[in-house]
Amino acid sequence: MRKKTFLGLTTALAMTVGATAAMAENIKIAFLEPLSGAFATTATMGLAQYQFAADTLVNGKGGVLGGDNFEVLGFDNKMSGKETLVQLQVAIDQGIRFVVQGNSSGIAHAITDAVKKHNKRNPDDLVLFLNYSAVDPALTNDKCHFYHFRFDAHAGIKMDALTDVMAENQDIKSVYLIGQDYSFGKAVAAAAVNDLGAKRPDIEIVGNELHPIGKVKDFTPYARKIVASGADAVITGNWGSDMVGLGKAIVEAGFKGPIYTYYAAGGGITRTIGAAGVGSIYVVQEGNYNPPASQRISDYITAFKAKYPDYDITQARITNTLEMLARAINTAGSATDINAIAYALEGMEHENLWGGKVMMRPDDHQLIQNVQIAMHTDEGIEFKLDNSPYGLLIQNNVEMAGMDFPHTCKMKRP
Amino acid sequence: MDFILVNIIDGLVYGLLLFMLSAGLTLIFSMMGVLNFAHASFYMLGAYFAYQISIFMGFWLGLLIAPLLVGIAGAGVERYGLRRVHQYGHVPELIFTFGLALLIEEVVQFFWGKSQMAYVEPEVLHFTLFSIGDNAIAAYKVFMIFVSMGIFLTLLYILTRTRVGMVIQAALSYPRTVEALGHNVPMVFMGVFGVGTALAGLAGVIAGPMLGTFPGMAILLGSIVFVTIVIGGLGSLWGALVASLLIGGLTTFAAASSFQFADLLLALGMERPADLSESMLADLWTLSLPQIGPILPYVLMVLVLVIRPHGLFGKRDA
Repeated sequence: MRKKTFLGLTTALAMTVGATAAMAENIKIAFLEPLSGAFATTATMGLAQYQFAADTLVNGKGGVLGGDNFEVLGFDNKMSGKETLVQLQVAIDQGIRFVVQGNSSGIAHAITDAVKKHNKRNPDDLVLFLNYSAVDPALTNDKCHFYHFRFDAHAGIKMDALTDVMAENQDIKSVYLIGQDYSFGKAVAAAAVNDLGAKRPDIEIVGNELHPIGKVKDFTPYARKIVASGADAVITGNWGSDMVGLGKAIVEAGFKGPIYTYYAAGGGITRTIGAAGVGSIYVVQEGNYNPPASQRISDYITAFKAKYPDYDITQARITNTLEMLARAINTAGSATDINAIAYALEGMEHENLWGGKVMMRPDDHQLIQNVQIAMHTDEGIEFKLDNSPYGLLIQNNVEMAGMDFPHTCKMKRP
Repeated sequence: MDFILVNIIDGLVYGLLLFMLSAGLTLIFSMMGVLNFAHASFYMLGAYFAYQISIFMGFWLGLLIAPLLVGIAGAGVERYGLRRVHQYGHVPELIFTFGLALLIEEVVQFFWGKSQMAYVEPEVLHFTLFSIGDNAIAAYKVFMIFVSMGIFLTLLYILTRTRVGMVIQAALSYPRTVEALGHNVPMVFMGVFGVGTALAGLAGVIAGPMLGTFPGMAILLGSIVFVTIVIGGLGSLWGALVASLLIGGLTTFAAASSFQFADLLLALGMERPADLSESMLADLWTLSLPQIGPILPYVLMVLVLVIRPHGLFGKRDA
């Protein structure tokens, strides 16, 4: 009996060792997002996009360092700061050195602080945080550090691009700002007031309003006020059901002008807004693909839709995150020398899959890229969203948005 | 003037929607003494059922079938769930309905996922019926007003003018006597629960396209429905109607106003401090009425409870 147990143990041990040896080829990336709970749709869709990008753009092209593959592993942070730190530690203990996250700037703050502390205490065992979606400007300003890189344009840069486009539209004489009553909603409103004041002082801000987040049942009264104010355009940072409710109510109340948004697309929103929003809902974001700028984009999306028919490419920046990491690892010649990889990422210029170039600004680790204003419509849409007839059509393209956008980062390098 | 008129209409739409929810809840409470925490969940079920039916058979059949399904589900819950729990007293009943609310939310997420459903009003009603100034009034809203008014009148007629209504009213106050007279009181209870949940379902069917069909819709309306029946007086249909319209008007006008508390402070002769972070009243100086609109119904509830503990039309303590 004892002999048998011993034999079993040895076999198990041998298999574990074997498994570890086989896995050692893979460079693991921790995807730290709410894979359960109210925000699970966004996160699950994001993980699918990461795994597809890793397979197609990195592993399918021979991997990095002459044959190592990327492997993206999901860790569920349940949208809680505390759980995030626990899961981050789990990932680090498993030997994972690359963390990607983007949903919620609050969580991003928790991770960036934890990574900073970890790297200070473990200089021989560093971790790199690749933020692909959290757009609070502070992350690359006051809170910036050497091991944090942001691949999305932050809220201030997006507003800068949006107001550049609005400034050229002489039909817009007045603007109504409305947003959710919390830090992001306030940041959007403040940026809009500031940028419009600088670029088009003649534009009157006829309303600047915050509503309770996730508490408003009926947006009609807000919509009535917007119509009554006589505004030519609306700007909002709303997301989720607050975005759908507000968008539909404004259009139904008889508002005819453009509604500029950050997040009115994908995840069911495009399908729900449907016909009501055609020609009035605009979204400011990077990596729009209607009309596709190249055959490569078409092929990529077609292949993605073939594999995940229910999902869409909603976060184009994910491809840049992985491609640039792969290039940095190749340049550094090692997947473990985090300092060398971070130095390789700094200032890296990269051919964006979605068209144009991107550049990782070395001073604050903010990716500078083209930002587009796109319109919700069903005409001329090659790649639709939510399996609906609607999608986003590019109206304006701001090249290298925020190239000289000021920052307050004082980067300390090892 | 236009603005006030438009907001009265909007308030009416929202208020009548609340009424459809609270009518069922208040009937159920007055009859069985059960505060049905899952009531708003039946409202959500109504919206999702109607969405699913509308994909295959169109909006109108959904309007007919979905409330029926929800009513049958509600009656089933009473017959096989609540009735068994009833003998153990009120606390287990509360816990049962609370658990049911959580269960329904999970079930909805399991089948339909977490994102918002594209449940929209029918093409026929998708136009602007008339405009007041620049404000468009959608035909669908007028349709909502008529449906809710119809429901109210029907309920009032059944409860006060028919034999069934008399049995229900009698069973409310003297269940044992009614039973002794040969009426099947448990059957009446099941019927009332079924009709109450069907009303909630109907509210969901017509509110889904306007307020959105998503897993959070039950929580969003759940608490406000309780506030409504407490203000109106538990068990009173008229009370539910008046309180619903009151809350509808209150929240609509609060959200539509542009009142700043700073104006009030200035009118009181105070001066705006240069550095707000130092001021005791920093929050008041930056607050506007729309920001606190959603809590006003709760303030109203507290006031009503202080002045009239029975609620506006109620006959017993809340």
